[in-house]
Amino acid sequence: MKFAVIQFPGSNCDFDLLWAIRDVMGAEAEFVWHDETSLSGFDGVLIPGGFSYGDYLRCGAIASFANIMPEIKRLAAEGKPVFGTCNGFQILVEAGLLPGVLIRNDSLKFVSKWQTLNVRNKQTKFTTEYAENEVINLPIAHGEGKYVADEATLAELKANNQIIFTYENGNPNGSVDNIAGIINKEGNVLGMMPHPERAMEDLLGGSDGAKLFASVLKNFVKVEEVNA
Amino acid sequence: MTKATVYVTYKESILDPQGQAVQKAASKLGYDKVYKIRIGKYFEIEGTGSAEELKTQVEALSNELLANPNMETYRVEVQD
Repeated sequence: MKFAVIQFPGSNCDFDLLWAIRDVMGAEAEFVWHDETSLSGFDGVLIPGGFSYGDYLRCGAIASFANIMPEIKRLAAEGKPVFGTCNGFQILVEAGLLPGVLIRNDSLKFVSKWQTLNVRNKQTKFTTEYAENEVINLPIAHGEGKYVADEATLAELKANNQIIFTYENGNPNGSVDNIAGIINKEGNVLGMMPHPERAMEDLLGGSDGAKLFASVLKNFVKVEEVNA
Repeated sequence: MTKATVYVTYKESILDPQGQAVQKAASKLGYDKVYKIRIGKYFEIEGTGSAEELKTQVEALSNELLANPNMETYRVEVQD
């Protein structure tokens, strides 16, 4: 599996994400600049956190029209894994790859802390290594992480088990139904506000994020295997 | 109730990187008639008293708080 870690102007968790997938998990991965127009040869896309384009206009709005986006959409349509954390999640919703939107935290404050989460659905390719309803700890760090969607969208998310992570022991941003991460209907595009890439080793405070990447590596297949 | 609206924009001489970034995105999307975007702020204010009284206060407020006169200009509109 070869992963593209997309870099936008203002991405600041790009190195963490590359380190998580390449150095900790041992997968092939490299940076791809947002201005590139091809993702050929890549088996998956990882979109890091940060402040793409300085959060101008709305978080993720300008990045969602970057030159690389049509290729990210192509991989998503082909069923390859597309993962966005924090600003990456905001970019995925602005790009229409995931429903809903992320708005300013209820507190109007930037929240940076470890947060307990509940793994609501372990039947996805991103979560098989977790136990059902496993309670995990991941860092969060965001000012605009309140997930909202209209009634119909929420009903659909619930009906299809697309709510993958919810906040436990308090809701840090006012997200509807405590939503921390959702997946698309097809099950290959995941967006979440918490940062699994910052929880890869106990030495750094926790390793609950590693199971997410382990699930991806286990459940998605390489380009060559698909073509073979 | 009297209503005032305040539009705060950068002075022409001030660089607006946010506006420029949005303009670039618009141009990438093919909006070729759009060549300049500048982003400002818009305030909806409700108050009491006559239009004139409110306007005097809102102008002072704009000058003191809503805008930074060093780099921004503002325009106040009041409706009774």
